[in-house]
Amino acid sequence: MPQIRLLGTTAFRVVMVYLILFGASVLALLAFVYWTTAGISTAQTDDTIRAEITGLAEQYRAGGLVGLSQIVRERSRNQRQSIYLLTDPGRRPIAGNINAWPEAETTAEGWLEFPYNRPVGGEIETHLARARHLSLEAGFQLLVGRDIQERLDLEQVMRSSLAWSLALTLGLGLLGGYFISRNMLRRIEAINRTSREVMAGGLEKRVPVTGSGDELDQLAGNLNAMLAQIERLITGMRQVTENIAHDLRSPLNRMRSRLEVTLMEEPDSDGYRESIRETIEESERLLGTFNALLEIARAESGHGADTLKPVDLSTVVRNASELYEALAEEKGLAFTAELEPELNITGDENLLSQAVGNLMDNAIKYTPGGGTITVSARKLGERVELSVADSGPGIPMDKRDDVLNRFVRLEESRSSPGSGLGLSLVQAVALLHRAELSLEDNSPGLRVILRFSTAPS
Amino acid sequence: MRILVIEDDQEAARYMVKGLKESGHVADHAADGEDGLALAEGGGYDVLVVDRMLPKLDGLSLVGRLRADGDDVPVLFLSALGDVDDRVKGLKAGGDDYLVKPYAFVELLARIDALVRRRSPEEVATNLKVADLELDVLARRVTRSGTEIILQPREYGLLEYLMRHAGQLVTRTMLLENVWDYHFDPQTNVIDVHISRLRAKIDKGFETPLLHTIRGSGYSLRAPD
Repeated sequence: MPQIRLLGTTAFRVVMVYLILFGASVLALLAFVYWTTAGISTAQTDDTIRAEITGLAEQYRAGGLVGLSQIVRERSRNQRQSIYLLTDPGRRPIAGNINAWPEAETTAEGWLEFPYNRPVGGEIETHLARARHLSLEAGFQLLVGRDIQERLDLEQVMRSSLAWSLALTLGLGLLGGYFISRNMLRRIEAINRTSREVMAGGLEKRVPVTGSGDELDQLAGNLNAMLAQIERLITGMRQVTENIAHDLRSPLNRMRSRLEVTLMEEPDSDGYRESIRETIEESERLLGTFNALLEIARAESGHGADTLKPVDLSTVVRNASELYEALAEEKGLAFTAELEPELNITGDENLLSQAVGNLMDNAIKYTPGGGTITVSARKLGERVELSVADSGPGIPMDKRDDVLNRFVRLEESRSSPGSGLGLSLVQAVALLHRAELSLEDNSPGLRVILRFSTAPS
Repeated sequence: MRILVIEDDQEAARYMVKGLKESGHVADHAADGEDGLALAEGGGYDVLVVDRMLPKLDGLSLVGRLRADGDDVPVLFLSALGDVDDRVKGLKAGGDDYLVKPYAFVELLARIDALVRRRSPEEVATNLKVADLELDVLARRVTRSGTEIILQPREYGLLEYLMRHAGQLVTRTMLLENVWDYHFDPQTNVIDVHISRLRAKIDKGFETPLLHTIRGSGYSLRAPD
């Protein structure tokens, strides 16, 4: 199986899509902040310059050139951010704080931007300025402006922080995506590795569960449950094959020897007929065993899980009681059935009848004369509980799991007839109906309980 | 009785035909659905024994075709498919009875017998009588030599079935299917117990027993010869 490449993982692709969306949002947000801040700041500068020009123009109208130059001179001394220059028609400076008319082009609206030298703390720095130009009478010129170096620096800082934020977002996103994908990949690879091991025959292998309870954990949990079910079925099958081979070999062998011996006898003798009859009976028992196995297999493979229909368990148990009660009484057992009416579950009526019948049959078979058998079916909240209790020898605690296995018959009961498949069928039917099967102590005796859910499966 | 066996397993068919002949019947055999249909359409058979899975034309379609042509010859289906659903499908397609493989040969004989006699008036009779044992279906009343016998509902059902098939062999499976509606083998002698209880009620204290056990096969309710 090829290794999954990091860049090809779903996790990574999802992270990338989010990263691009998030990056675009960050970019849009920063750009908005930048353009509004820069725009407002430019507009403020322009307003200030316009207001000052308006003010100076009024001064000029009131005080003439002399008054204006006086004010310009005054302001040039006080104002730190402002730039003034008053020139004669030959553009020679009369007053102001820059020494020469700038060489920049004037726009149609009368604006111009230019570098100028400015003393800062004893040193000369070249700053950028923005200014407006007003033509006075007789060719005199007035230039009013402001130093915009600070604003430009701020804009620069904003631009670079914008770039950094973006880079940081993308970098962290990529790194996060890498780690998330790698973690995801590692866990998925663990699942893949387990799958390969299982395919290679390691049915007992299980997918590691981290315990976080997330989707991957749930997936792992489900896979493990599936593997457990498969393992159980396969182990069961293996065991059954062995048991069949073992348990069916002896009766077949008996039949064969009997027929061989019979062949030596005179035909038409009584022994001849008797031996054929016995052989037929033996083969009938064998067929019965095979049929029981088939029923178990059918129930176990979930055959007919889609054909489960609403069934009244009460009726099923009542019918079985009517059939088996006679058997119990024949043996001198007190048989009681306590059945609540209308116990509706979803199930297979035929298989349920067989399971209930098997339980009653077992109870009757293993309870000595004079004992009691109590069958009850009732509703307990959301569940329907069926119990078959006897006063027989019961099953020791440590053997309770064993008896559910196919062909297992406890040593003490070897002498009674039966295939040893009864409880296996009950268990298979319970599994098919998602019912809980438990063997409990009836002190004395055994109580077998089946708990069905009433909710449709 | 003339019986047509439609079965593709040659070996099984050979034994079946042999057994039927030994039992005093006339038996023919067809190995696939088309041959079987042709023979059946020729008519003259009292019972058809049809395997469900046949080459060329399967058993269900074969019987469906016969029924569509208005042929109501009794049909007994044989099948390895023993589910309730399979059984219902077989009966819906026009089968009269359904026997799951593997089966005992006496079972097959008993079923064939029951199918053919089903046509007789006893099937719908409301007053059944075997020797001095009488059963009034409408009143659900049973008497022997005029003395009323009180039966429990299942015992009554059991007796009614036996009386409707009086003189015939009735197998345990037939009783389980028809009286208890159980379509599986409970693998115990549970039917024997019910029979002996019934016997205690109808035969005990009377000179001639009517309910007989046929060893290895089943039971028969019959008047003394």
